[in-house]
Amino acid sequence: MRRIYLDYNATTPLKPQVYEAMLPYLKGYYGNPSSIHWAGQAAREALMVARERVANLFHVDPQSIVFTSGGTEANNLALKGVFEMLPKKGCHIVTTQVEHKSILECCEYLKKRGAEITYVPVYPNGQIDLKALKNALRPDTILISVQAANNETGVLMPLKEIAQIAQAHHILFHTDAVQWCGKKELLLETLPIDLISISSHKIYGPKGAGALILRQGLKLEALLHGGNQERKRRGGTENVAALVGFGAACDCARETMKEEALRTQALRNTLEQGILETIPETLLNGQGSPRVPNTLNISFKGIEAEGLLLNLDLKGIAVSSGSACSSGSLEPSHVLIAMGRSEEEVSSIRFSLGYETKEEDIATVLEVLPEMVEHLRKLNEACQ
Amino acid sequence: MKKKRVVVALSGGVDSSTAAHLLKKEGHEVIGISMQLYDHSKLEESRFDSCCSLKDVDIARRAAQILDIPFYVLNFEKVFKEKVVDYFTKDYLCGRTPNPCVKCNEDVKFKHLILKAKELKADHLATGHYVRNIYNEKTQTYQLLKAKDRKKDQSYFLFGTSPQELPFLLFPLGELEKTEVRDIAREGLLPNAAKPESMEICFIPNHDYEAFIEKQMKEKDMFQGEIVNKEGEILGTHEGSFHFTVGQRKGLGVSSQDPLYVLNVDPGTKKVTVGSKEDLFSQGLIAQNVHWISRPHKNSLSVKIRHTTSDIECTLEEEWEGGFRLKFHKPQRAVTPGQAAVLYEGDVLLGGGWIEKGTL
Repeated sequence: MRRIYLDYNATTPLKPQVYEAMLPYLKGYYGNPSSIHWAGQAAREALMVARERVANLFHVDPQSIVFTSGGTEANNLALKGVFEMLPKKGCHIVTTQVEHKSILECCEYLKKRGAEITYVPVYPNGQIDLKALKNALRPDTILISVQAANNETGVLMPLKEIAQIAQAHHILFHTDAVQWCGKKELLLETLPIDLISISSHKIYGPKGAGALILRQGLKLEALLHGGNQERKRRGGTENVAALVGFGAACDCARETMKEEALRTQALRNTLEQGILETIPETLLNGQGSPRVPNTLNISFKGIEAEGLLLNLDLKGIAVSSGSACSSGSLEPSHVLIAMGRSEEEVSSIRFSLGYETKEEDIATVLEVLPEMVEHLRKLNEACQ
Repeated sequence: MKKKRVVVALSGGVDSSTAAHLLKKEGHEVIGISMQLYDHSKLEESRFDSCCSLKDVDIARRAAQILDIPFYVLNFEKVFKEKVVDYFTKDYLCGRTPNPCVKCNEDVKFKHLILKAKELKADHLATGHYVRNIYNEKTQTYQLLKAKDRKKDQSYFLFGTSPQELPFLLFPLGELEKTEVRDIAREGLLPNAAKPESMEICFIPNHDYEAFIEKQMKEKDMFQGEIVNKEGEILGTHEGSFHFTVGQRKGLGVSSQDPLYVLNVDPGTKKVTVGSKEDLFSQGLIAQNVHWISRPHKNSLSVKIRHTTSDIECTLEEEWEGGFRLKFHKPQRAVTPGQAAVLYEGDVLLGGGWIEKGTL
């Protein structure tokens, strides 16, 4: 059975260049970057290069990169770090209802530590309600955290406008850019964002690596206390091989991002049009909003996505739906609920494309999908 | 045999894993499914070793890995809460003694799981139940029969199965002894070959159903009441009628020369009536919400009034829409409202109903 992977927003395969770059650090170069001797030096140099490569993708100074274990840690560091650093200014954090769980759950935790959280709603197209955002701001608001791109729908948030609002009110602005990173350029020269979370394994790097990019001069309390790594902002011996891979992945992204975006967008559009034209009663989630080029999220009226996902999997086609919970079963999407989708429409399939996606993959999906949807709808009707 | 696509409900126990193993060996395309029935994160610390806990899902996953079959965990929390947990609580609060496993089979496994299997274009759904599903050439229908291993027979739990679904169901363990099943599991290197039987109710932590019910309740005082004897004399008070089940002897909190047993729990007045062992005997029973799979050929049948008791000779005295009245050939002890009365003709499972009350 030919396998087709269309779940790049969940994770991506390693690019060969990334794999090659990592290999020496899994074999010969085992030093601890904090050591003074030759072994440590080699590792430290590798880390330095990796940091530069990550910084280059965002046109920032390498010193502004704090390496983490991934996007979740970067988000936790941003929220908890700012909250603990600014007790005098206040305890109010503004975010949205459609953030990743690593923001939402972190906010719920901070609530127990005395924080007050406002979850700003979104429009049915997934866009943040900027008026509600402005209205939510208070003198004691210490942080605005809004994702750059939604992981489920791919909807892009108006970062520029949000950054301007934050700046005008002298409030720090954090963005979870895990799903934006590597898909679109983020020009930080023109975008005054204070903290940015990114992740390696969404851009063809290894899992277990990520970063929080800090505006220069910004102080932050650490989550992990230990040695002097990451200038005391993140203790613990660095995951050198993974960070080297992350650096290599950022290099690849910088080189190929623009043409890859065009290529995947064309494929995504073919898939999108194909589904909407051949399968009746389908809804495009995020319609009318700018979206990242690789993501397509569709609700098929009258059926639960789970059955569709499993049928696709049995044909070797990997897609996703909602977010997986502890045992790997599905929960309804909080994102689609926030977008005002009814219970019937809240079950959707996310197709996310990537660099190994080919035209024939899209053709295969378009070939098998209509029959599956029909089968499931017929069964459902028979039950009711 | 033609290669079929078969969905197997994997609980993590040895029986369902072995069922999957047998079907795979026969050459079928087997797909494993575990049902997530409740929020594990809320129960995690207290949950061990019963059906379908998170740990069991992992064992099921390991079995699927060894068998090299696709494996999915599907969320059945909503339907399980509605059909099983809420029913369980409500029944206890109504002075009855519910049987959630029968309900789970009827309303969750052999309804929603069947639908899921059909969604996956399966030809059959298989489970690890000890029961036989046999096509009767004469009547041209499928019938459920007691398992070959009488000690393991689980037909009692399946009386609510819809007859139309029988052609879709496979029970690969029906003709096997439990010891054989363990041997097959061992040969197949299944991770749960020696796993002990799960006897408790899967969603009740630490077997403590009373604590569970108390947690679900809003007003606890509502269920306090009196303990009375048959003559209506008050012998004491109790903290909640759900602490009592018909036939119960321990924990009554009333002293007496002769041992006292619970005879009745009145859901209206919350009165618990107690009496002697002799008072516990019934001549027959009345059942409601009756479900037939096969019609009986004669009036003289056998009945099981709980999973653990043996068959009781009885006569079907009267029948009406959704109900029946039976007469036992010998008086029976502790006929418990809320349990299932399941009827058999020889090995054939005819159907059953929910016990409304014992009759004198």
